[in-house]
Amino acid sequence: MRMTRMVAVAAVAALSLGIAACGGDDSDSGNDSSSGSKDFAAGSTMEKLNKAQKITIGTKFDQPGFGLKGLDGKPAGFDVEIGKLIADELGIADDKITWVETPSAVREEKIEKAEVDLVVATYTINDKRKERIDFAGPYYEAGQNILVKADDSSITGPDSFKAGDKKVCSVQGSTPATNIEKYLANKASQLVVFDVYQKCVDALTNGQVNAVTTDNVILLGFIARNEGKFKLAGENFTKEPYGIGLKKGDTAFRTFVNDTLDKIFKDGQWEKAWKDTAGKYVDETPTPPTINRY
Amino acid sequence: MSVLVDHFDVFASGFWLTFQLCLLSAVGALLMGTLGAVMRISPVPPLRWVGTAYVTVFRNCPLTIVFFFAAFGLPSLGSNADFLKIPGLDSLFTRLGIDLPYFRFGIIALSLYTGAFVCEAIRSGINAVSPGQAEAARAIGLTFTQNLRFVVLPQAWKAAIVPLGSVIIAMIKNSALAGFFGVVGDLSNGAQNLTSALGEPIIPVFVGVSIGFLIMTAPLGLLLDRIERRRTVAR
Amino acid sequence: MKDQQTVLYDAPGPRARRITLIGSIVAVLLIIAGGYFLIYKPLDDKGQFSMDLWGPLIDPNNEVFPLVWERLGEGFKATLIAAALAIVSSLVMGTALAVLRIQLKSLVKRRYEDLATPLAYLLRGLNWFLSAVSRIFVEIFRGLPVVITIFFVASALPDLGVDLGDILWYLVIGLTLYNMVVIGEILRSGMEGLPGGQREAAEAMGLSPFQTTRMILLPQAFRIMLPALISQLVVVLKDTSLGFIISYEEVLKVSTQIIQALDDPNPIQTYTVVGTIYILVNYALSKLAEYVQRRLARGRKTRGLPIPEKPSAALIAEVEAGGRL
Repeated sequence: MRMTRMVAVAAVAALSLGIAACGGDDSDSGNDSSSGSKDFAAGSTMEKLNKAQKITIGTKFDQPGFGLKGLDGKPAGFDVEIGKLIADELGIADDKITWVETPSAVREEKIEKAEVDLVVATYTINDKRKERIDFAGPYYEAGQNILVKADDSSITGPDSFKAGDKKVCSVQGSTPATNIEKYLANKASQLVVFDVYQKCVDALTNGQVNAVTTDNVILLGFIARNEGKFKLAGENFTKEPYGIGLKKGDTAFRTFVNDTLDKIFKDGQWEKAWKDTAGKYVDETPTPPTINRY
Repeated sequence: MSVLVDHFDVFASGFWLTFQLCLLSAVGALLMGTLGAVMRISPVPPLRWVGTAYVTVFRNCPLTIVFFFAAFGLPSLGSNADFLKIPGLDSLFTRLGIDLPYFRFGIIALSLYTGAFVCEAIRSGINAVSPGQAEAARAIGLTFTQNLRFVVLPQAWKAAIVPLGSVIIAMIKNSALAGFFGVVGDLSNGAQNLTSALGEPIIPVFVGVSIGFLIMTAPLGLLLDRIERRRTVAR
Repeated sequence: MKDQQTVLYDAPGPRARRITLIGSIVAVLLIIAGGYFLIYKPLDDKGQFSMDLWGPLIDPNNEVFPLVWERLGEGFKATLIAAALAIVSSLVMGTALAVLRIQLKSLVKRRYEDLATPLAYLLRGLNWFLSAVSRIFVEIFRGLPVVITIFFVASALPDLGVDLGDILWYLVIGLTLYNMVVIGEILRSGMEGLPGGQREAAEAMGLSPFQTTRMILLPQAFRIMLPALISQLVVVLKDTSLGFIISYEEVLKVSTQIIQALDDPNPIQTYTVVGTIYILVNYALSKLAEYVQRRLARGRKTRGLPIPEKPSAALIAEVEAGGRL
């Protein structure tokens, strides 16, 4: 017991010395995107994270292409890459990032309680959410669409649900589920919700539902993975700008994240991240959206 | 607490749906359990094996997995559980007849799972009848069926009623899982929707849902306690 | 099997044996035919037996086999950790609850006639209040679905400013709230079911009510209720699977992630494997409960003490329903 404590004390001492030493060396390379100490305004969130050399980022663990926990136990996807780029800019190495699962229902809560520093989780910017948290970005603009079987021509858009005989599946507590509700004639016999989209796709394959609705990029992922079985029914019918969720009122941090996004939009890292992940399922590379610095 | 008043319809319709689910599943579970118990005491060995296998599998498997197989395994077998669209019954229980099969899948999952416990409760009741009773019945020349009907089952029923009641209470509580497997609008799904999609505060919603479940479980529990106490005194 | 069914009908004669044999053959044929046409064929038609789907789970040469099993192993570990913590804390809290309720029950009967009247009334009121509160606590938590309790604990505790950091603790607390009440009721009914002479003898020896409970009643109740307590293990193990609702990465949650990460998602296959493991472990546990029960019954018969006689599944069912024994 005593031994371990002494070792721990020694380790902490060494660590703090090391950090102090680094701080002295690195003061002129503030914009270098390698890990290590950097200069940030005293008292800012950036300085705090940089000092601690660790960051907690919330993402989804079940969203193919954006944030999906892989067989190696690590999350992967576009959201995850964006998170890594921001951490990088804060001088924090990839292996110092703690990834926390933030399903749609708990995202605001986790930010408010400071359980996470950032949320990058296919997080649509909207006014209701802005009451509780702040958004940086958007870093991508998706739109809700509808996935149907490849040979189904009876569904052409959300209006096809108004007749009341078509059934649709989405995910509990998500924006798409709320959006589609207003097109339904009878919620009880038309809408089913599960915890992950994979289950919706299974239900579509087996014929319990006629369609799955969520953001186009997620659906494109399913089309690519089941070649020839599914297609999109028509155009996107909403705009879903994905933002990065931050604690409300932390303007300096928001500006920093926005600046980082601007930077990666310009230097090609954004495009690379896209092509390595969600972009695998889509032919054209999208143009980066305009950042909304409200 | 205003959410209880503002969204009273969500709680009321959720309660009604959960109640329907429980009622239909209770009937299904009693049927499955009786069938299982008959199989387990039948003289035909393969039927006994099936009965035993059924009980062993379902009582040791988490209900979550049973629900999963009902909701995603049955469709793979090509079934939408359409045999539960019973004419007449579906006008009272409207969810039974709709195209979306998840309410029916929920009934199947709960019936199969609970049936295993019903089977054991019935068997424990039969075992509680002293062997001397059945022997005496046979000695005066009653056949197997007569023996069951006039001597063993009436006594077994008395011994089984309290365990059976407990099983049904457990089933009512287990029905909360249906909301996570595609049944839209029952108590648990309604609660999730209120807290996650509409952002209502959690504690009042929890209170509402709790009241919904306690309305069903608490009176049943008190009734069982009374039956049991009276029985202990009589003994 | 030495139970009722042997006395329900006579030892079969040649005719009855023939009928049974024919019946058996017909039953086997029906089972095989049913299994083939209703289960095997539809699954085969949908390609559910393809090695693309089963390979990651059962073929050690498959490239993702080690990864899949490593993650499943982590999942099982998480399940076992949650179950172990929940059962230990439920046992401790449950015992405390049982003792508390037994003590309160005897305190409520006390009239404090040696004390000044207002003080006596105050104490009696307090005792009555505490016993009512503990009763309500028990009724509420055994009447609520565990799912709801877990969901509530995980979202309400942080709301109230209690931040436990790891999701594991919310799951453990949720499971404990439910199971401590059940175990408490099991032990309490065990203690109340003991012959009155036990308590009277202890009191005659000059033991205080608390000493009586601790040294005389509780050890015996534990012994009698051991099968029920083992059955409770099965219940807890099954209930940890509800952790998926609050994103605790137990084995079912991990399975869902694996299924999505594979090139060919294989929900049916993965859940079959996980379900089988669950069934094997729980089957072993319930066999243990039966064995313990038989040994206890043997020991008790010779001493003329009451024998708790219930098949373990009925025990599980009752325990699950809230410990009405």
